[in-house]
Amino acid sequence: MGAVSPRTARASRSIDLPYATKFAAARADLPGRDLPWLTSGRDAAMARFSELGLPSQKVEEWKYSNLSPLAKTDFTGPDRKAADSARDEVAQRFPKESAAGRLVFINGMLDGPLSELENLPTGVRVIGLADAIIDESDLLKAELDTVPALNGHALAALNAAFMADGCLIILEPEAELALELLFVAAPDVGAVAYHPHISIAAGAGSRLNLGEQHASLGDLEYWSNPVTSMRLGEAAQVRHYKLQEESGRAWQTSLTKARLAADATYENFVVTTGGRYARNEIEVALEGTGASCELGGSFLLSGEQQVDNRLQVDHIAPNGTSRQTYKGVLDEHSHGVFQGKTIVHRDAQKSDGNQLSRALLLSPDAIMDAKPELEIYADDVKCSHGATVGELDGEQMFYLRARGIDEASARSLLIAAFMEEHLQSITDDAARDWLRGAVSGWLALRLSGGAG
Amino acid sequence: MLEIKGLSVSVVGKEILKDFNLSVAAGEVHAIMGPNGSGKSTLSYVLAGREGYDITAGSVSYRGQDLLALKPEIRAREGLFLAFQYPVEIPGVGSATFLKTAVNAIRKHRGEKLYDAMEFLKIMREKRDALGISEEMMRRALNVGFSGGEKKRNEVLQMALLEPYLAVLDETDSGLDIDALKIAAEGINSLRSPERAMIVITHYQRLLEYVVPDYVHVMADGQVVRSGGKELALELEEKGYSGFGDKAEAAA
Repeated sequence: MGAVSPRTARASRSIDLPYATKFAAARADLPGRDLPWLTSGRDAAMARFSELGLPSQKVEEWKYSNLSPLAKTDFTGPDRKAADSARDEVAQRFPKESAAGRLVFINGMLDGPLSELENLPTGVRVIGLADAIIDESDLLKAELDTVPALNGHALAALNAAFMADGCLIILEPEAELALELLFVAAPDVGAVAYHPHISIAAGAGSRLNLGEQHASLGDLEYWSNPVTSMRLGEAAQVRHYKLQEESGRAWQTSLTKARLAADATYENFVVTTGGRYARNEIEVALEGTGASCELGGSFLLSGEQQVDNRLQVDHIAPNGTSRQTYKGVLDEHSHGVFQGKTIVHRDAQKSDGNQLSRALLLSPDAIMDAKPELEIYADDVKCSHGATVGELDGEQMFYLRARGIDEASARSLLIAAFMEEHLQSITDDAARDWLRGAVSGWLALRLSGGAG
Repeated sequence: MLEIKGLSVSVVGKEILKDFNLSVAAGEVHAIMGPNGSGKSTLSYVLAGREGYDITAGSVSYRGQDLLALKPEIRAREGLFLAFQYPVEIPGVGSATFLKTAVNAIRKHRGEKLYDAMEFLKIMREKRDALGISEEMMRRALNVGFSGGEKKRNEVLQMALLEPYLAVLDETDSGLDIDALKIAAEGINSLRSPERAMIVITHYQRLLEYVVPDYVHVMADGQVVRSGGKELALELEEKGYSGFGDKAEAAA
């Protein structure tokens, strides 16, 4: 018997993808090919990805997700012409409805004509990533270096190797900005993969309200692999709302990383109704005293859909507060995952951390996996976690029916109530209405009868 | 109105109601009294259509229909109302929204015009004022954060809004102080009419001082062991359930 080769040993932890070859072919066409820091960064990221491979279920953080179908699909880079020809339909299907600035991405590429960046407030800069690579490469490099995303993360490494577009958002101290990011998938020659990068620097005391929507023109197969990295200066406030309604054949693997200085607050709320597979990964580091984050999520799934929510909050400085609250409604064969981790580091005294996962199973075939974890190295902290999985409450159902409300309407009312309670935690009124609309839409579509 | 004949009901193999008989005509108020475990609440749940009860014998006829064949929501729409002993809390469902949904479901079934939001608020305001229920309470989630007394008054409010033909009140008096009891009793009395019948289930005689019944039935071990007029309640008050035969004694 010979020794086990390193090649074999690695295979069990990863799934091979033909990406090195693709990268070699695409390298010369990616933006910034004449910037040595960027090309060497891409090469290093590709090398890192080749080393790590696509994570298999042997990797603890990925144990609930089977990514092997990703390796079986021949994803290609998006074509600009295909995106351009979808512009009119995107404009029609997703009209701009608020006064906020808006960036529109079709198949991951910024669409100039549909994006509106006029009238941005003073002290604010929003630059498309491809433009930033050309015009503001020093600034971009500084931001990318500030929040290193790819450390040991295979899909973030893939993003760093292939990133072609996205945006750079900079708020000077005390500046305010409301911005919408719309990502739409459009028909291309085949299944496309894209790797947008959003980089945000929110200066001290600044306020950013970011609404992010991910949708599709039809039942398309594609893979969206966005990375968002942000740093919040002292007392900066970022409200980040995301509606994920990708096509039922789509893959989305997203990573958001945030670093918070003292007294900064980060609110994130994700509603997931779409996608064959969605990974929402959020990592927050509370680096300054008194920083706080609220991470909320609602997922409503059916068919064979899966969502894997992985959250990690690092309490590094004292007096930090964190809340992780995810609620799911799972119908048919769908699969929900909550992996929440709160780490309270040695110096983070007086930290307050809370995790809650609640799921409602509407079908005996639906699955929920919840893994809330606390790792505490400080001695004066207040931390709690909990997880519940259940069916609709029989007593509540009977009470409603005993008042003349039919079974389908009673179900719908209770499911809406389960979600409504959670949506109430969204601070921004307009965002709450927007996300509530998506939840109501799902319920109306899935459950006959309506709420009367 | 209601004709229960030879009704036997089991819960997970244990017989709770045994050959139970009761006849209630329009305009009548019947009190059912009995010790804990005599089957009073089971009777109310079986009438309202809760799951988990095994009907092993007998029949229930309600306004000419086979009641047991109807779903709970159809029974409610046909005018049967159960005031719950333990009203359920439903977080996330607003009290007013719930009431409007219920009232309109019943009006639709009866072929009556549905209330719009303004009409409904006006009608609800009249009824809730009479029961001392604040507007603020109606803005809260259904029964969430309500005191015991508020929950019971909310049940009476629902009864007033849904205008049933047959109301079954399951221990509506329990958990009420004397003032709240009087308000609830006034609410109940205001709904007495020649077209409407009531079954008032209670452990104590106290409520019956305010809601005076036409008939009193004493239940023990799943059966009616004695029936009489309102004076029977007073006799019970004096003697306790032990005065009503072996079965009542055994059950008490």
